[in-house]
Amino acid sequence: MNMRESPPRTAAETALVQSFNARASDLPGDGKVIAERDNAVEMLKAGLPTRKVEFWHYTDLRRLLATVPEFDPAASASAIPALLQGSAILPVLNGVAGKAVEIEGAAVTSVAEKLADGSLAPALRPSGPDDAVGAINAALAADGWFLGIADGVSMARPIELQNIQAGGQTHSRFAVKLGDGSKVAIVERQAGTGSALVSSVSNVVVGDNAELLWLIVQEQPDDATQLGQFNAWIGKNAKLTLFIVNAGGKLVRQEVRVDAKGEGGEFKLRGVNLLAGSTHCDVTMVLDHSAPATNSTEIIRNVVTDKAEGAFQGQIRVAQPAQKTDAKMACNTLLLSDEGGFSAKPELEIFADDVQCGHGATVAEIDRNHLFYLMARGVDERTARGLLVKAFVAEIIEEMEDEAIVEALEAKLDGWFAKHG
Amino acid sequence: MLEIRNLHARIAETGTEIIRGLDLAVKAGEVTAIMGPNGSGKSTLSYVLAGREDYEVTEGDILFNGESVLEMDPAERAAKGIFLAFQYPMEIPGVATMEFLKVAMNAQRKARGEEPLKIPDFMRRVKEAAASLSIDMNMLKRPLNVGFSGGEKKRAEILQMKLLEPKLCVLDETDSGLDIDALKIVAEGVNALRSPDRAIVVITHYQRLLDYIVPDSVHVLYKGQVVKTGDKDLALELEKNGYAGVVGEAA
Repeated sequence: MNMRESPPRTAAETALVQSFNARASDLPGDGKVIAERDNAVEMLKAGLPTRKVEFWHYTDLRRLLATVPEFDPAASASAIPALLQGSAILPVLNGVAGKAVEIEGAAVTSVAEKLADGSLAPALRPSGPDDAVGAINAALAADGWFLGIADGVSMARPIELQNIQAGGQTHSRFAVKLGDGSKVAIVERQAGTGSALVSSVSNVVVGDNAELLWLIVQEQPDDATQLGQFNAWIGKNAKLTLFIVNAGGKLVRQEVRVDAKGEGGEFKLRGVNLLAGSTHCDVTMVLDHSAPATNSTEIIRNVVTDKAEGAFQGQIRVAQPAQKTDAKMACNTLLLSDEGGFSAKPELEIFADDVQCGHGATVAEIDRNHLFYLMARGVDERTARGLLVKAFVAEIIEEMEDEAIVEALEAKLDGWFAKHG
Repeated sequence: MLEIRNLHARIAETGTEIIRGLDLAVKAGEVTAIMGPNGSGKSTLSYVLAGREDYEVTEGDILFNGESVLEMDPAERAAKGIFLAFQYPMEIPGVATMEFLKVAMNAQRKARGEEPLKIPDFMRRVKEAAASLSIDMNMLKRPLNVGFSGGEKKRAEILQMKLLEPKLCVLDETDSGLDIDALKIVAEGVNALRSPDRAIVVITHYQRLLDYIVPDSVHVLYKGQVVKTGDKDLALELEKNGYAGVVGEAA
């Protein structure tokens, strides 16, 4: 965070510190956890980052986070139907983990328990002075889920982590460890009913030869703030596919920090940002290729309408030992209104000499020729536009192969378009 | 069925007038050919009929079954029964051909107050129509027109025409880019649609297509006007002597 200047605290900054003071005695944690929380609060006291901080260039958090609602411990949130049928649901309702379900092959513990015994203390440390999401979450997180998946376990049914807010503040944490050679699909839902401030941090370790599909579906109401962070470490010859769908929220920041640290590791990021109203949505990725022969591809597709604004920052750092790295990044935007906008900033830092890295960004409107063709067959303008918008994002959705996932995501898309098309 | 009165139309962006006082009448059951040299306004006429935004009608009217279509958007015109088979069908990545066919057929049914097709009924109709045009069903699994050869695209246009059962079929240079076998298949497809309550307008540069789709009337378009009208023999005459004679008379 920004230590160079200390202007008077904003209302939101004051409220965050006050929230901590009011909540501190109720938050779970041993001495080590308390020390980490204190450290995080000191960061918050120094102020939220502004656009002068490179990492926050497109999202001036200090300006955009205008107000911070108070905690509402009495508010009630309910679990929602799973995205994928047959999923094992692990809910966090209004910031508190619900009843644990037994999942064969996995150890399931609430984060409150892991904080109380201090085992999660090291994970609370923000990754650096610009890690405002990490700091807010470390200071205030009370609960969430810890999942340990045993070596060699291949999960037939998906696991769904639900973070459901009911107004006020919700600060949740998820920690998932995939054993070597294990395989699982995990859905992370970010949703709710109030004008909440939500922070949610997931730390994921993908063991050697393991395979993880992680799907984030964010559908907050129009007046909620979502600060998400996904941190992952990819082991040798392991595969991680992260699919992010943003389809709601007023102020949304989703950070992705991935370290491909094992040789032969593979990372795929796919993002669909559906932005309407006056949403501000920022997906910021920092990807480290630390080991040789690691591959990554990142494809972000944005549909922007009304006065919505979005940004994608994609930083790929290829360390000196990471020879034979192959990285490709693309960010494509379909603009449906003159008042909306999307910024893309790719950034490559390459310290190895034998690598392939590419990136590209495009912004387009709906092709009028395509629209005419569809309408000339009797398809009304609204439906025709819907088909073309769907076509624009369908490519990366269909790449998912799993029929149930494709259908579920297309249904989300249809739902969004029915509301905002 | 179709009556075009003193039509003037220009390119919206540049203001260049392309159609300059065109009159044309096509009766139900009639097959009419519109011929003319390059740049005479043939394709523009087809786009203006279909309602493409890039063209502006500045004068005159287009009546379809007595009703002006000028205020209707392309979808409304299609729902009324006007169909344009494109000279260059657009490739639309990401839109599945089968889904598009279903959406289009049901959109028109809805506009006519009919129930949407049941899936098996829809499949049966597509399979029958595809078979009659020698279209492999695998082709229809691809995104709309994407990667189709020139001939496949034209056949796909005729497939859509068969499935949508329009009242007025406008074929814009459907013969361009077709080899003789494909031309025969396409022509058979069009001939199968000839019916007393349907009009077909064939826009073409060459007489060749008219050997297979024999027209009841032929009109020559030049500088945005119909300069000569005749029967199928006019097409043969044009083939033999070129446009120079007809155009010279008009000038």
